[in-house]
Amino acid sequence: MASDPIHQFEIHKLLTLGHVGGHEIAVTNSTLYMFAAVGVVSLLMIGGSAGKNLIPTRFQSMAELSYEFVADMLRSNAGEAGMKFFPLVFSLFMFIATVNLIGIIPYTFTVTSHLIVTVCMALIVFATMTIYGFYKHGLKFLKLFVPHGIPVYILPLVVFIEVLSYFLKPVSHSVRLFANMLAGHIALKVFAGFVTMLGALGFVGWIGAVLPLGLTVALTALELLVAFLQAYVFAILTCIYLNDAIHGGH
Amino acid sequence: MVDTRKGEPGKNRTDDQPPADEAALSARLTRLDQQLSHVKKDRAFEKSQTESETESAHARASAMAVGLRLSSELVAGVLVGALLGWGFDRFLSTSPWGLIVFLLLGFTAGVMNVMRSAGAMAKQSERMNDASRD
Repeated sequence: MASDPIHQFEIHKLLTLGHVGGHEIAVTNSTLYMFAAVGVVSLLMIGGSAGKNLIPTRFQSMAELSYEFVADMLRSNAGEAGMKFFPLVFSLFMFIATVNLIGIIPYTFTVTSHLIVTVCMALIVFATMTIYGFYKHGLKFLKLFVPHGIPVYILPLVVFIEVLSYFLKPVSHSVRLFANMLAGHIALKVFAGFVTMLGALGFVGWIGAVLPLGLTVALTALELLVAFLQAYVFAILTCIYLNDAIHGGH
Repeated sequence: MVDTRKGEPGKNRTDDQPPADEAALSARLTRLDQQLSHVKKDRAFEKSQTESETESAHARASAMAVGLRLSSELVAGVLVGALLGWGFDRFLSTSPWGLIVFLLLGFTAGVMNVMRSAGAMAKQSERMNDASRD
């Protein structure tokens, strides 16, 4: 049971708040970790910006660095006009990065390893870009789906494919984050499980267990990279999608 | 010439001294100049090195990001195509034609998205600009 690689993704109810339309509304371990992540981010940003020193302390420097990192990303990908979406992109990036990084700590729960969470975040981005696109460009936004110079008889097919590829955006956006976190954590757990299994065999097993142990260490480092990189990818794709809605390309 | 060196802590400034002083001064100047250019070169080298290092780190990160994007783009296309086809078949009981058609369409859309994110194909949004121009 401890070496069951899926066990770590189980959701437990901690506190039932009530029922809405036959569905139980409960505080789960996932909820708890989300709140923890929000708490960590708030602490970092509020605590970091409280001092307002001209020469930043380490704490303040961290807050400023994370601000500048996301602001640069948004500016370079969506231009100055994209800065109105800074709160959205920054919240998403900080939340995902924190949640992923918390998930690497042993015995913790990884919120982003559940598809529903990443889908929700991707849908927020998708809705924002679609609504803003229609708001900014009106019905001209629909020209997105109609290429130029296409013969009329294959136009329906092409338009359908274009629409499909537009709606694929939130799918790949969410599945990427979810799959990376899930697969990474399962691989980590499987290799760590080999260590205990081989260790049970006695002395020979102990020697054999060195290899998976080394791999587990290496995988942990890789997961650290992936945790950050996936947050980065999610945020940068948000910037790119928003850029499409704002400028309609360049 | 002599006037400008009044403030100098020269000990005995007789009239025959200046040429020797001048020579020493110019020698010192050239030496300083050399040293300065050395230091400058070193600084510039160090700076360019750290810059290129951070730049390559940036490039590596974004290249990784692009690589991670591409794979999932295609997978999402095929998956959604299959799902759509399966649903279509289920509700209209046209099995297996919906699955076949939508899987192919999803694959096409996925490939298009891959090409778009790789920059090998114009983005959808660029179309809007073209349309507004003409």
